[in-house]
Amino acid sequence: MQSQATYNYKVVRQFAVMTVIWGIVGMLVGVIIAAQLVWPELNVHEYLSYGRLRPLHTNAVIFAFGGCALFATSFYVVQRTCHTPLFAPGLATFIFWAWQLVIVLAAVSLPLGFTSGKEYAELEWPIDLLIAVIWVSYAIVFFGTIGTRKTPHIYVANWFYGAFIIAVALLHIINSAATPVFAEGLLTPKSYSAYSGVQDAMIQWWYGHNAVGFFLTAAFLGMMYYFVPKQAGRPVYSYRLSVVHFWALIFTYMWAGPHHLHYTALPDWTQSLGMVFSLILLAPSWGGMINGIMTLSGAWHKLRDDPILKFLIVSLSFYGMSTFEGPMMSIKTVNALSHYTDWTVGHVHSGALGWVGMVSIGAIYYLIPRLFGKPEMYSVKLINVHFWLATLGTVLYIAALWISGVMQGLMWRATNADGTLTYAFVESVRASYPFWTIRVIGGVLYLAGMFLMAYNMFKTIASGKAVDNAPVLAPAGAH
Amino acid sequence: MESLYLLIPVSVALVFAIGAVFWWALRSGQMEDLEGPAYRILADDDRPRPDDAPLPPENGDPATKRAPVDLDQKP
Repeated sequence: MQSQATYNYKVVRQFAVMTVIWGIVGMLVGVIIAAQLVWPELNVHEYLSYGRLRPLHTNAVIFAFGGCALFATSFYVVQRTCHTPLFAPGLATFIFWAWQLVIVLAAVSLPLGFTSGKEYAELEWPIDLLIAVIWVSYAIVFFGTIGTRKTPHIYVANWFYGAFIIAVALLHIINSAATPVFAEGLLTPKSYSAYSGVQDAMIQWWYGHNAVGFFLTAAFLGMMYYFVPKQAGRPVYSYRLSVVHFWALIFTYMWAGPHHLHYTALPDWTQSLGMVFSLILLAPSWGGMINGIMTLSGAWHKLRDDPILKFLIVSLSFYGMSTFEGPMMSIKTVNALSHYTDWTVGHVHSGALGWVGMVSIGAIYYLIPRLFGKPEMYSVKLINVHFWLATLGTVLYIAALWISGVMQGLMWRATNADGTLTYAFVESVRASYPFWTIRVIGGVLYLAGMFLMAYNMFKTIASGKAVDNAPVLAPAGAH
Repeated sequence: MESLYLLIPVSVALVFAIGAVFWWALRSGQMEDLEGPAYRILADDDRPRPDDAPLPPENGDPATKRAPVDLDQKP
């Protein structure tokens, strides 16, 4: 049949390529601010100062790099597993360009100093409105595709992506509720949060931790449940467990947020509630981690010469590590030591560089050849080099900050016999310099890996041809 | 803690919504077969086709399916 339907690979391709580009930008800003901590002279201009660049780094890596990776993979996975082309392809094109516009607006407005002051939600209200429009469009395209599926069953990866889309819409709307101030015109946006004081803090961290839970965990688990089995060529270890994993995770995630506010003005019972829910999360998290890794059971030899699989499996190891570390750090007595120290930053990066970064990199390496009609990437050897750079960079980064974090916590709480503090704060800063230097080295290694990936990607694209004729096949009969 | 007057109802509503979706999933047979779907995504061959390969028939009849591309083969 000549008029056979084809999958919409174009939007997947656009998002996949931009994942790598924004990855480089976001991580480069990360390396710059890490260097600014070691060499404060690098704060050369108000626009390029640490305080302005830090939100740019977090927004770029989470929403530009991570966001593009999620759009690319979710649009690919939902089409392939539902055996149907993307619903409302025009809307999908709009999502791509509008999301790029949001990223550019963020990259301009944050250095200029426009911020609502809410961590991971710094963008001012006009950009927030645009994000809300994009997100509704995303839901229409994604759930529309699910609705027109040709298979009765909805594959587990789509459940994770779907929960992520709904939860992020809810979080974004509630946390970004604000009253705009028009006094200075639209080009200098300013707004005041709908909440204040500790109320605002509670809403902010309800948002903040659920953003970790649904944006950086659930969505990337969806990615993992498709790309690990596909790359390994084996079914997931236990499909039953993956379904249990999904329902357990989304039923229990919502209330972990208060652990960000231990020993603050937040009521004590709310803090304890946050801690208990954080501890409960260990069970579904490890269930999923074991399920992913055990997919290779009986085929461990594939890890020897498949660097894409190495990325995916090591990402799961870091996922397991940080979802163990997180609940531990949410225990109030541990938190009394770890809070406000580098340990928190190290923990975040073991999740960000190790889990989110590596699983995305693995998935993009899987996608690029398929989107450009090549049997594999231009150089598999370079993927392997990238893997070792990324792993070494991550390990250096988190080990350095574990040490400096615990050291800072111990120095801040040390008291003399007469009750006075043993160390001035600045002494703990001075003691941290060697570890901050190691962090810069770790970040540079990780960034270098991303440059290799970009080179490898452009070489693959140059020798390939955009695939726009992937036929939509009827699903195979039920087993 | 006025913010909890917003967050707790939202969470409770959400739990009920999730419960409703779970109930739908259960009743509509989403959990009838908890092994097959894992194999079915592997049966979906998403490797790029050579340019001259004929389009596979829409019914996916295995007898007329194209030979799989050898992934180890260098272009």
